[in-house]
Amino acid sequence: MNEFARLLDRLALEPGRNDKVRLLTAYFASTTDPDRGLALAAMAGDLPVPGIRPAMARALVASRVDPDLFAMSYDFVGDLAETIALIWPRDGERGHNNPPAPTLSVVVEALRATGKTALPARLAALLDDLDEIGRWALLKLLMGGLRIGVSARLAKTAVAALGPVSADDIEEVWHGLAPPYEDLFAWAEGKGPRPQSSDAAPFRPPMLAHALDDASLAALVPGDFIAEWKWDGARAQAAVFTLADGERGARLYSRAGEDLGGAFPDMLDALRGAGFPDAVFDGELLVRDEKGAARPFSDLQARLNRKNPTPKMLRDMPPLLRLYDLLTLEGEDLRPSPFMERRARLEAVARGVQHPAFDLSPTRTFDSIAELVEVRKNAPLESEGLMLKRRDAPYVSGRPTGQWWKWKRDPMEVDAVLMYAQRGHGKRASLYSDYTFGVWRGSELVPVGKAYFGFTDAELKQLDKWVREHSVSRFGPVREVAHEPANGLVLQIAFEGLNRSPRHKSGLAMRFPRVARIRWDKPPAEADRIEALEALLPVGPPETKPSVPRESA
Amino acid sequence: MKTADVLTLSPAGLYCPMGDFHIDPTRPSPRALITHGHADHARAGHGAVMATRETLDIMALRYGEGFTRSRQVAEPGRATRVGEVDVTFHPAGHVLGSAQILIEAKGFRVVVSGDYKRARDPTCAPFEPVRCDAFITEATFGLPVFRHPEASAEVERLISSIKLFPDRAHVIGVYSLGKAQRVMALIREAGWDRPFHIHGALEKISRYYADAGARLGEFTKVATAEKLGLAGEIVLCPPSAIADRWSAGFADPVRALASGWMRIRAFARRGSAQLPLVISDHADWDALRDTVVETGCSELWVTHGATEPLTHWARARGLDAKPLDMVGYGDEEAAVEEAAP
Repeated sequence: MNEFARLLDRLALEPGRNDKVRLLTAYFASTTDPDRGLALAAMAGDLPVPGIRPAMARALVASRVDPDLFAMSYDFVGDLAETIALIWPRDGERGHNNPPAPTLSVVVEALRATGKTALPARLAALLDDLDEIGRWALLKLLMGGLRIGVSARLAKTAVAALGPVSADDIEEVWHGLAPPYEDLFAWAEGKGPRPQSSDAAPFRPPMLAHALDDASLAALVPGDFIAEWKWDGARAQAAVFTLADGERGARLYSRAGEDLGGAFPDMLDALRGAGFPDAVFDGELLVRDEKGAARPFSDLQARLNRKNPTPKMLRDMPPLLRLYDLLTLEGEDLRPSPFMERRARLEAVARGVQHPAFDLSPTRTFDSIAELVEVRKNAPLESEGLMLKRRDAPYVSGRPTGQWWKWKRDPMEVDAVLMYAQRGHGKRASLYSDYTFGVWRGSELVPVGKAYFGFTDAELKQLDKWVREHSVSRFGPVREVAHEPANGLVLQIAFEGLNRSPRHKSGLAMRFPRVARIRWDKPPAEADRIEALEALLPVGPPETKPSVPRESA
Repeated sequence: MKTADVLTLSPAGLYCPMGDFHIDPTRPSPRALITHGHADHARAGHGAVMATRETLDIMALRYGEGFTRSRQVAEPGRATRVGEVDVTFHPAGHVLGSAQILIEAKGFRVVVSGDYKRARDPTCAPFEPVRCDAFITEATFGLPVFRHPEASAEVERLISSIKLFPDRAHVIGVYSLGKAQRVMALIREAGWDRPFHIHGALEKISRYYADAGARLGEFTKVATAEKLGLAGEIVLCPPSAIADRWSAGFADPVRALASGWMRIRAFARRGSAQLPLVISDHADWDALRDTVVETGCSELWVTHGATEPLTHWARARGLDAKPLDMVGYGDEEAAVEEAAP
């Protein structure tokens, strides 16, 4: 377990994709079954261990450590799992006569075999036996939030690098396999046969877009491309197929090949019941409201975060798949065909189906770059901007150049007044780095959001200084700063989207707010008013299908 | 006699009225006793400086011979009368020449420890616990999350990374005084016998260490033209050079930082380190507590760092403890690296 933890620790800091693959391949080559298979499962999100809640972890550490010292440490480190891993006492110091630390498979087996009530004691015993990096990795695996920048795809690429097999080969058999993947490793190392995939609808790695830069925009030939909105949901691949007994089968994958079927059983039902022929679709997974319109991304996020949705979620947040490509139809692989041909077949299939869980992502043509610029300016609020797809592009896995472009819209901006500042965590623990800002409603300021990035280190120091010099009161780590019409600080805030939110006093919730500029020059009286933000909200309940002036086909 | 009779806080830092001197003053002072050569403790421009021979040499290397009007060598372990008190320098194990300063006034003993560590360091004399009534300690890593691992294990991680990535240069950010030389000596102990390639800012102090007997092996200054050819080699530079253009010229560099702060992942990420090496020249939480207990002190002052947790712990043990939260000791590990000498 400690070796696997060291791998995760290193991966988290290594930015290079190829370097990550080398670290992973070296680990797979030097680690025996079943440990390496469990490691692969952990990175693919399939590790069969119980999750634990932060409250349980806190209770566990409270039984071992002075609560004041823990609180001070957590405030400094800023990450619960990491704080517990580092502060965990080493009472049973390992000497040379102690048994070696438990392996990953021993840890997984121990946790699997433990019931809910015995779990805290079992976990504590494991933490005693691991070192600080091992404890960190175990807690992250159980509590979630392990960010190592390794997708399931990347891990499979590293397995493929062990021998003659390619990552796409592995993809094709993957969904018929289960941890610890001993037959997969044997095949990848050239020591065993290709594992039999029992899966009728293997994941097909998706085609991805490049961000459009100025040079590529200038070189773009309007007649060669079709535009679509870039929806603010999650990329998904959906398959409908016929099982051996003649029943309908369905599968839903994320763009990285994770099986989303557990989180979206209602989407699987819809796929099976809508009357589709056997097909594999590419589309945007969204959550719809009672009128069928797409809901804010945060609602989708809530469902994506749950491995098993609650009954309330199933009732209140039904899914919507907005279709935009067709990969296979009745056994025929359409991927080599030009986009316009696939699109025509997709529209024909969609016409034959009336079901609230599906709609078609509209397309439009454009005659000039100038026209496209206008279209982008008027992008609906529930989109992130534009997708540009080459009419004759085949569907190629990965990110081929010049075929698909994404052109995000410019961020929205508002001038807001700094109201409260809070100390940050970690290296920022001593700096006021989290800023709550507001806009005018009548003669009072109403908070509309919180930003904690967007500024440089030098600006952070200036902001921190300003906060300290203009504090009017303190509540724990929070300072209220001067915010009157003639005395205060205006922040130009950029954000990606705006939604109604009953949880906020202003009734608004911003997406990705950040400080775009510090307006040292601007008096608070000249900051924006709430009406300016309300004008940016999606109108009423958004329409089911955003109107697009000219349909292409 | 009580501690406040021996030591007070002045705008320049710790001041001993009975001896009329400051210890590690942060602004020019008539008489200064200096614990060690790091820039936040040893500043230029004092009237008279008393320090170990090595600390005086290091100050002269960094600031030029005119760093003070007059200087006096403190022999470790030998008491010197200054005004109405006796002062004795004892090794602090922090960097070459680093010392704790014992002040004795009519039998009352106060130890100002400066910065110190208890872990092994092949390049300087080890820390000596000194019994005292009042102990003045740092607390750079004064939180229970800081427990430094064996430095040799960290060096092993470096060596295995070089084996895995022989086509990449390993560029290690190290503080120019102490950390650079300790890390080089530790890597030599692990059997690495190729020359080190070092940033110009590390050169003078490293030569001084080598002349003083540190086993650093061969090291040469990096020439810009040869950077790309250093795949599979070890390069050392100040931490600030890790994130800037200087380190970008190497062959697909693996960036490492050697510091106690590397224990916290957010710090490693912010320092652009792919390979954080938890190697510190400061006492960790366990060493701070052990040292306080070993001194037998009944009073504890905590000068800088995480003063609150250590004070909290000491009070729970019945010690009369107080945080000073002195400004100016940014600690060289957190401070911006001094300009190249």
